[in-house]
Amino acid sequence: MDSIGVLMACPMNSYLEQQLDKRFKLFRFWTVPDKSLFLASNKDSIQAVVGNASAGADAELVEALPKLEIVASFSVGLDKIDLAKCKEKGIRVTNTPDVLTEDVADLAIGLMLAVLRKLCESDRYVRSGKWKKGDYVLTTKFTGKEVGIIGLGRIGMAIAKRAEAFSCPISYYSRTKKPEINYKYYPSVVELAAHCDILVVACPLTKETHHIVNRDVINALGPKGVLINIGRGPHVDEPELVSALVEHRLGGAGLDVFENEPYVPEELFGLDNVVLLPHVGSGTVETREAMADLVIGNLEAHFQKKPLLTPVV
Amino acid sequence: MSYLHHKLLHLHQRKRRNLINTTPHPRRHHHTAHIQDAPVKGAMKATAMTSENQSRHSQSDLPYVLILKPPPSFLLFGDHFLDSSKFQYLKAYESPLPLPQFLQEHAQSVQAIFSSGLAPVTAETIRLLPRLGLVVTTSQGLNHIDLTECRRRGIAVAGAGTILSADCADSAVGFLIDVLRKISAANRYVKQGLWSSQGAYPLGYKLGGKRVGIVGLGSIGTEVAKRLDAFGCSISYNSRSKKPLVPYTFYPNVVELAANCDALIICCALTDETHHLINKEVLSALGKDGVIINIARGPIVDEKELVRCLVKGEIRGAGLDVFEHEPDVPVELFALDNVVMSPHCAVLTTESFEDLGKLMVGNIEAFFSNEPLLTPVSLDG
Repeated sequence: MDSIGVLMACPMNSYLEQQLDKRFKLFRFWTVPDKSLFLASNKDSIQAVVGNASAGADAELVEALPKLEIVASFSVGLDKIDLAKCKEKGIRVTNTPDVLTEDVADLAIGLMLAVLRKLCESDRYVRSGKWKKGDYVLTTKFTGKEVGIIGLGRIGMAIAKRAEAFSCPISYYSRTKKPEINYKYYPSVVELAAHCDILVVACPLTKETHHIVNRDVINALGPKGVLINIGRGPHVDEPELVSALVEHRLGGAGLDVFENEPYVPEELFGLDNVVLLPHVGSGTVETREAMADLVIGNLEAHFQKKPLLTPVV
Repeated sequence: MSYLHHKLLHLHQRKRRNLINTTPHPRRHHHTAHIQDAPVKGAMKATAMTSENQSRHSQSDLPYVLILKPPPSFLLFGDHFLDSSKFQYLKAYESPLPLPQFLQEHAQSVQAIFSSGLAPVTAETIRLLPRLGLVVTTSQGLNHIDLTECRRRGIAVAGAGTILSADCADSAVGFLIDVLRKISAANRYVKQGLWSSQGAYPLGYKLGGKRVGIVGLGSIGTEVAKRLDAFGCSISYNSRSKKPLVPYTFYPNVVELAANCDALIICCALTDETHHLINKEVLSALGKDGVIINIARGPIVDEKELVRCLVKGEIRGAGLDVFEHEPDVPVELFALDNVVMSPHCAVLTTESFEDLGKLMVGNIEAFFSNEPLLTPVSLDG
């Protein structure tokens, strides 16, 4: 299969890159000085695109690659892929569901604990050598807090299961109520926010969910509420979030994603009730390898005319 | 004087930024308290003082509860934080008299003592109070109370019960996720602006499926196990004795436990037997992919050996709330990104202070109503 051209959208994982290089003719898009020139010269050689949460296959790229057959995303999120365009052109799309569910859910809980119990600040305090006759503020108990989940898919359910072990009552917002689920349903995100202590974003990013956490939701969550975002940056109106945190209108936040990664609003750097992570939701050795294997597996299945492992389109 | 007292003396002067003020849930435990060595001191959210309450408080027919030294909760939340309409406080520390004289003067009035742990309840004190029937403490540890004298006199003792177990367990789990997923280290990275300048942060390690070994399956250990079970971890433990009804694997000694787990969580009491329980042999058995979390007591771990292992990369990482010589922390740890530390505050949440205070008041009220204590401490043996 080493004559099959695969375009890797950006650096994402050296094991994946290595494997793609071994099995296919790999084009590294980020190393190309002139992208349009590159596409014009190589358009007939590229049959697959491998993308991730940062870069995928938008309409423009799809149009530029007439031989494109499959887009395999190194992520579960599909917001960087023009799914409609792919469907229109009969291009297959795959992602990496399930293998990363646990890691993302673990991180969501980790962020909740870090924000409420001020783990990062405590660590900073000890490292500063100030723990002599010093003092430290009381933190907030996590057990028993009301957790509200936006989006009760695989990741949302995994977060709920973990939070329940801490005796946290669970409530959720979803496009439709799930009759088989015992958690409390709220028909709007504002209502959910008004009734929970910790609000976590766990839904896919689509046109409808863009800025699903807006000023009204942030106000409803309030000065004692905490926002956790392990979804996508654009789920949250970031400037609104920043001003709410800076002005103490929101109690705290744990954020793994941002609107314009890797740029993070610097106003957040000095806030001890905010924990910031560099998009590491699925960032473990074990899971990234499993994701890479899934990408390779999907590509091989496609080119060997076998059923795709995790097709979306 | 405990570091906590020093710490809280400064605390009351500062503005407190509590994240969330929930309505406290009273927790009542009708079982024997576990005697554990945690430096817990309780405090209580102020109850609304109506003028009716006020006048009842000044009635001289309410029974007296003696307080020897101001508890941390008074410093944090004011003198009326632990008020009750069923009894009143006699504050020894407000009197100019030396304690023995003060006690002699009030000998006939004092039926109960409230100790936060900062003031010892000695045999001498007990002997000066012929009507003493109850000693109640918000401290997890009981070594500040002369239990032998209490037993001899038939004085009941009530403690903190298991109210603090959830917070301890939450800290332990928080530490484990933090160490494996590098939360504190990555947060530092982002806040230094390094994500945009230096790129992606190194990968962490998956928690799901990890083998977790709990040292001491008491109340706290059980809460830790319950939580980590939900993350898909497999739980095993070592305890003084095997617990017949638990679904977790028992190992007869800590070395074997360490050899068969990826993360060791210390949840036991500090005793003569558990001093330096976690030693070179245990750490070696834990191995280079192993993590150790200590939310119990510093001296349970051979700290020098732990530091050496961490510096040399002989274990994967550590989460530490406690140290052998607090507040001194080995400076070698400050440079390590695979270590997460906190200043002995695993139970210091607003809610626990409130809950402990409610529990303490509840115990005293039960005593004066001739009802069973909520969290009696067994003085047998």
